[in-house]
Formats: sequence, C-alpha cells, structure tokens
Amino acid sequence: MKFADFIASPAIKADIDADTKEGVIREMVDALTAAGKVAVEESESIVKAILKREELGSTGIGRGVAVPHTKHPSVQKLVGTVAVSDAGVDFNSLDGEKVQLFFLLISPPDRPGDHLRALENISRQLRDDTFCRFLKQAKTSEDIQQLLEEADNNHFAT
Amino acid sequence: MVEDTIRLTSTVNGGGWTNYMTEFSQTRTVVLTNTAGLHLRAANLFVQLAVTFESKVEVIKDNQCVDGKSIMNLLMLGAVNGSELQIVATGSDAEQALNALSELVAKKFYEDDQEQP
Repeated sequence: MKFADFIASPAIKADIDADTKEGVIREMVDALTAAGKVAVEESESIVKAILKREELGSTGIGRGVAVPHTKHPSVQKLVGTVAVSDAGVDFNSLDGEKVQLFFLLISPPDRPGDHLRALENISRQLRDDTFCRFLKQAKTSEDIQQLLEEADNNHFAT
Repeated sequence: MVEDTIRLTSTVNGGGWTNYMTEFSQTRTVVLTNTAGLHLRAANLFVQLAVTFESKVEVIKDNQCVDGKSIMNLLMLGAVNGSELQIVATGSDAEQALNALSELVAKKFYEDDQEQP
C-alpha cells in the first residue's frame, strides 16, 4: 500500500498548533473533516474513539513518531492524514520522547488488513533516516506531499 | 504444528579461528489467529515480552527477517490474521523466549474478538 492510497493530501498539516495529545488528534480529524473525508457529524465520535484507543497504550512508537488510529463505522475506506509539529508534543510515547510526526488513520471495522498494510508502509518508510528527517523539517503541506510521493516512488527505503 | 529447529551458529571473533563462540539458534513456527493480526498493540506486547530475554529475537515472514525487539520492525511485516511467522531466538535463554512468545501468539495477544485495531 502506498501513501497515496490512504493519505488525504488536503488534510496534511505541516505546522500543527496543538501542543497536547488531544489537541493534535482533534486538529487532524478536523482537517480530514474539512477535506470532506469524514462526515461533520461523525468527527466528535471519531476523536473520542481515537482518544479511547490511546488509553489502551500510546501509539507513540518511538523515533518521534505516533500513529493515532481507530476503527470507525462511518468510513467506507481507510483514510488518513499526516501532521508535523516543530516543537514536538508529549504523547506518552513508548520511548518517552516527544512526537513530531503524526500519521492518523481511520479504518472501516471490517478491514483489519488495510490498517496493517498502512502501518507496514509507514514503518517501512520511516526506517529511512533521511525520509524521517526531511518530514520533520518540512515547512509546508506541499513539501510533505512531495516527500510522500517520493516515498511512494521508492525514493527512500524499499 | 509446533516444530523446533536447532541451528548451530558459529561466530568467529577477532578474525582468528582459534577463538570462536558458539550459540544456539532455535526457530519456532507460529500462526497468527487473532482477527486484527500483528497490529500496533500486539506488536508492542510482543516487544515488551521479547526484551525480557537476553536472547536475540528475530521474526521471519515470507522472506523478510526483522528484529523482534522493535515495534517498527514488526509492523513492517504487515502480518495479517492467518500469517505464518517464524520466531528465531539466539542466546542462552532462547528456549524460554520461544516458549513465552509463541504462547503470546497462541493466546491471541490476550485480545477478545471485539478488539480495537
């Protein structure tokens, strides 16, 4: 699975303002809502579901990366977006480090395979230090989109 | 279904043949039976358990071999329900590591069927 298959480009945020876990999740879901990927009336329920999942254990998986996610019946296919925080956000990460890169995923309840393939793609690409560093340094959503495209074209890790 | 293979791995130290170390590598094949597959929380539990052992732990799916003590590495396998994994442990407590890790997989990572992804 490629980034283009699940990342909604218009919802990418290069300069997230939020400085709390809940704030980041809310801002990213709002961006997906504004992009028309999530129904307005479902957005609050999605935010709550993602926060509930975080209570089971942080999705901050180390190296300054977090993958907040949930299943939600309101989406027909896997949707996601990317956000970057310059300062980093305390996300109760497994390694205790602040998180700068966020990949938020919402998947239909009956498609666990798609969720796994998205995680596979994210973890494979982020193994590449250059890709990771460029993403963290990205100043605009266009920069991020271009990096994701380059990753999709196997410019980084394979 | 559970089949162990024992492999003798010799590592030559210092470029000489006089001083070498011999370690046992043991492999066990397991099948993922939980609905969600090797998702983030399952991978995290696997790592939490793997790091309690001194042995090196690797996980193989198809032709891909990754570090069993790294969540990001395990996620790279994209292992869905029904996937066959080989767990390879190398070190003094390899047997115990394999027993514990294969039990975790067999017990479906202690998830019920309504688990979150």
